[in-house]
Amino acid sequence: MIRVKDLTCVYQTPQGGVKEALKGISLELNKGEFLAVLGHNGSGKSTLAKHLNALLQPAEGSVWVDGLDTSDPKNIWEIRQRVGMVFQNPDNQLIASSVEEDTAFGPENIGLEPGLIRRRVDEALESVNMGEFKNRAVHLLSGGQKQRVAIAGIVAMRPQVLVLDEATAMLDPQGRREVMETLLHLNRDEGLTVVHITHIMEEAVFADRIVVMEEGGIVMEGTPKQVFSQVEAVKAHGLDVPAMTELAYELRQEGVTLAEDILTVEEMVAALCP
Amino acid sequence: MLKDITIGQYYPGDSMIHRLDPRSKIIGMLLYMVGLFLVQSLTGYAFVTAYTLILLSLSRIPVKLFIKGVKPLWFILLFTMGMHFFMTRGGAVLWEWRFLQITETGVQQGLLMAARLIFLISVTSLLTLTTTPIVLTDGLEYLMKAVFIPLAHELAMMMTIALRFIPTLIEETDKIMKAQMARGAEFDSGNLIRKAKSLIPLLVPLFLSAFRRADELAMAMEARCYRGGQNRTRLRALRMGGMDVAALILSAAFLAVCVYYG
Repeated sequence: MIRVKDLTCVYQTPQGGVKEALKGISLELNKGEFLAVLGHNGSGKSTLAKHLNALLQPAEGSVWVDGLDTSDPKNIWEIRQRVGMVFQNPDNQLIASSVEEDTAFGPENIGLEPGLIRRRVDEALESVNMGEFKNRAVHLLSGGQKQRVAIAGIVAMRPQVLVLDEATAMLDPQGRREVMETLLHLNRDEGLTVVHITHIMEEAVFADRIVVMEEGGIVMEGTPKQVFSQVEAVKAHGLDVPAMTELAYELRQEGVTLAEDILTVEEMVAALCP
Repeated sequence: MLKDITIGQYYPGDSMIHRLDPRSKIIGMLLYMVGLFLVQSLTGYAFVTAYTLILLSLSRIPVKLFIKGVKPLWFILLFTMGMHFFMTRGGAVLWEWRFLQITETGVQQGLLMAARLIFLISVTSLLTLTTTPIVLTDGLEYLMKAVFIPLAHELAMMMTIALRFIPTLIEETDKIMKAQMARGAEFDSGNLIRKAKSLIPLLVPLFLSAFRRADELAMAMEARCYRGGQNRTRLRALRMGGMDVAALILSAAFLAVCVYYG
């Protein structure tokens, strides 16, 4: 679906120095996959995201989306239609004042017929469970609702990949749950490939695969169980593990026999009270 | 104070005026404005007043919304009225003090001018109250393109975004104001200069954040395939109906009557 090869990104710091935000990253994204990208601030995860839909072009290396090279200006619009992106601040990515008008923005840009836009908008809002809000003003919605509208705006363009650049970072727990449920629904029921960039470990648990980034490189990769069972390694990269994994780790230190790959409360309950 | 701004605030409804095509509403408003400024005589004013009141009542929007729209401009109203009171000479002298003089014509002119401004504000807010911002900018874009104004799409998009961000920025202003007040800032004490100075800690963060927002918004728009007006379609195509033709004829008739009574 998306192939990233030896991707390097360099930028100038305000002090005149040169900094490498990405240092030769290689990554393969499979169709229908839910990939979580973890890393603390400045690890290069947002920069990577912006390379996936040609908002940034690689300085070195290459990014291929469905066989289209992102460094070729001819492909840009085709790529952006296939790889949709949701950003962190819900207020700064909604363009129109009402929910359905905002959702229609993307389809309008790619020049669809009014009737088709209408259908796509209704379907997209339905799939993020915001159908009944379609005539509401966006500034009156909650954070989680705004992010779902932002997701609908992308879904209405019928992309193949949805990239979320810390889309849950500014939300309250309720909003985060809403967005996560929407993402899982889109991924599992509608077959959308999802790349979820986050620093909230509990969200990464639901992913098929996790990539941990640090200093512009990929330092860990694997299923959630594979990654989080290496508690010390994860912590060495400045990240936490999910609360239950942490608890299991602490209990193991105290001599309780527990598996290393416990991620959720349910698994913990099953392990403790067999 | 900030919450009183009614410009650009849509009042949901299904009245005759709500359902008109934005283009006929805009043209109607322009003709109205021309007529309003041509009228000089009292008969003319009576006619304009009646026309305005009918328009406003057709929209079925609560009167208090129009009053709210006029309120922030009370100073300009008073100022214009005062200027006319003192500057326009003619007719019987009502009051005199040294070189200051208030005459009958002055009072009449002042009152009529104030009425004219109130009508102007009410009818312009009627346009924005009965038309959603997107539809309004669509109409404007179409009309600007029709008269070959360059950058029509860009101007319309700027307006859409401005209207979308008015409530967000008002909310933000409120937040910053409270944050600065918590740090001991005072916004409504002292003389004019001190008041103006006290706005600096409000405006600097507000502008900074507006620029940051603009940057992120531009990125989000590009990510959603925005590339200017080319090749762009709309969710709702504009359509003129019989009511629109009637509205346009009515507006033209209004202008004609205004010219006649001039």
